[in-house]
Amino acid sequence: MRKPDRRRFLTTTAAIAGLTSCSSKDQPPAAQASLGAHMRPYGEPSPYEQQPVRVIRELTASKGTGSSRTPLQDLYGTITPSPLHYERHHAGVPSIDPAQHQLLIHGMVDKPLTFTPAEIHRFPSFSRIYFLECGGNMVGDLAGNPPPTVQASHGLVSGTEWTGVPLATILREAGLQPEAKWIIAEGADHSRMARSIPIEKCLDDTLIAYGQNGEALRPEQGYPLRLLVPGWEGNVSVKWLRRLFVTDKPAMSVKETAYYSELRPDGKAEQFSFVMEARSVITKPSGGQSLQGPGFYEITGLSWTGTGKIAKVEVSTDGGKSWAEAKLQQPVLDKALVRFLYPWQWDGKDAVLQSRCTDETGYTQPTRDQLIATRGPHSGYHYNAIKSWYVRADGSVKHV
Amino acid sequence: MSKLALLLLTATLLHAQQPKTYGFGKPATADQIAAANITVFPDGTGLPAGSGNAAKGAKIFEVRCVLCHGNKGAGKEGRYPALVGGQGSLGTGKPKKTVGSYWPYATTVWDFIHRAMPFNQPGSLPPNDVYSLTAYILFLNGIIPENAELNAQSLPQVKMPNRDGFVRAKH
Ligand code: HEC
Repeated sequence: MRKPDRRRFLTTTAAIAGLTSCSSKDQPPAAQASLGAHMRPYGEPSPYEQQPVRVIRELTASKGTGSSRTPLQDLYGTITPSPLHYERHHAGVPSIDPAQHQLLIHGMVDKPLTFTPAEIHRFPSFSRIYFLECGGNMVGDLAGNPPPTVQASHGLVSGTEWTGVPLATILREAGLQPEAKWIIAEGADHSRMARSIPIEKCLDDTLIAYGQNGEALRPEQGYPLRLLVPGWEGNVSVKWLRRLFVTDKPAMSVKETAYYSELRPDGKAEQFSFVMEARSVITKPSGGQSLQGPGFYEITGLSWTGTGKIAKVEVSTDGGKSWAEAKLQQPVLDKALVRFLYPWQWDGKDAVLQSRCTDETGYTQPTRDQLIATRGPHSGYHYNAIKSWYVRADGSVKHV
Repeated sequence: MSKLALLLLTATLLHAQQPKTYGFGKPATADQIAAANITVFPDGTGLPAGSGNAAKGAKIFEVRCVLCHGNKGAGKEGRYPALVGGQGSLGTGKPKKTVGSYWPYATTVWDFIHRAMPFNQPGSLPPNDVYSLTAYILFLNGIIPENAELNAQSLPQVKMPNRDGFVRAKH
């Protein structure tokens, strides 16, 4: 894999070198000798930037059952560019012509209805920034087999401004009946993936989304319609939404029994553990990057929680012996990625960097030992323990 | 006008502009719903007419499934999931989750094969074939006898080994 952050850490040195050479030729830096390029209808990144990319991993020998991970170490701020949003599919990415697509709502409603995407667009719209994260993010760290980079370990999370219609609006349109307790959401992918969602969440902040960062959803994110269930494991935010079945009981579908359930040490499994609890990770410096000698570095990373807002992130540079509060980039939003920043003078000695967050309910991110003591080593999902990066005297950064 | 009165007036006006319903969408017909509704519940709701058994299922498996899932559903390490094995392993240091060891409902096996398998041609199996394939996989796991006939009445009665293995999460 390429090492883009080595490049970023080198920028300062390069800029100084550039200034020296320019001044020797007695020219102002960065002046352009010729007229700039023409404008283009759809912008592209600078050719001088190495384009950050997702890393793809298939999970079976049939393509389309795996995931791709967001390059967290290469991104600024808290919004993930749409082409870099993480993916997790179970039967490939369908190509759907919205003119041929319909959303059906039926079951415990007064008026079963079908909607074209164009009809969904006519309802009053709603936009909000939320994180979305796969329930299985960080499973390598849980298994005691941490991957070398933050992209590989934590990259199944992204931040997006979603636009759509509150599901509650659509339910009102169809006339929700009082016995309704669950909604089974089903996708139009090849496996017609389905999940059951409690009605309270459907009426609270769940969206039927069609917009992603100001554009239409990308096909990988469910074009033309997807469910967006804020703060809950990504699998319930069913993509390519084609059906909402309002019922009084869950379907017990494969993805809410055999998968996305957490096996405890006693052999029992916890089911419907939807909420992604508070977590944080340092994205820079992180595994695979290198520091160019002692001096000032900004430690930065991301924190988020499905329970609401992040209240505080602390950073340790001595492997958790001492902690100091990091600055949170404002505004801190509900169920959204938060960027934290911490100034660090590196003395050039071995160091272990960690971050630890606390949410507004007072819940604090556990250590791996604490997590395993309560949930065991085979829970498989919702791992949220503190992550360590080991900075060596030679400047290299490794996972611990 | 007082501030409060102004607020109330604005709220009323806004309210007036936001109807309770918008009249968008079209009524779904019973046929449309029946065609789209493929959900099968643990109590058997949603199961269609038809029946099958393990002997028939074994033959269909050879044609439609064995290529990926291997002989007798043994799976292919790291390539395709095994459909058998692992019973009694869940509380040990090496849990193996399969249809036989982990899945709590036989109806979920039917639902999943019907909606998603075979992987390259989902939705192509008629109900009788899905009953037979479900019977074969349950037979391979020692859950039902080879001659058991599965249909909309008998399938929900099958008790999976891990039926009581799930608790509702608190968070
Ligand atoms: C082209 C390869 C292929 C064929 C053919 C195929 N499957 Fe599958 N099967 C898969 C893949 C891939 C998965 C995993 C899907 C996922 O990750 O969601 C799977 C999963 C399953 C599962 C769930 C297993 C588990 O524990 O997750 C069952 C049950 C199953 N298949 C049954 C069948 C049956 C019955 C047939 C024949 C009708 C069949 N499959 C044919 C590829 C195949």
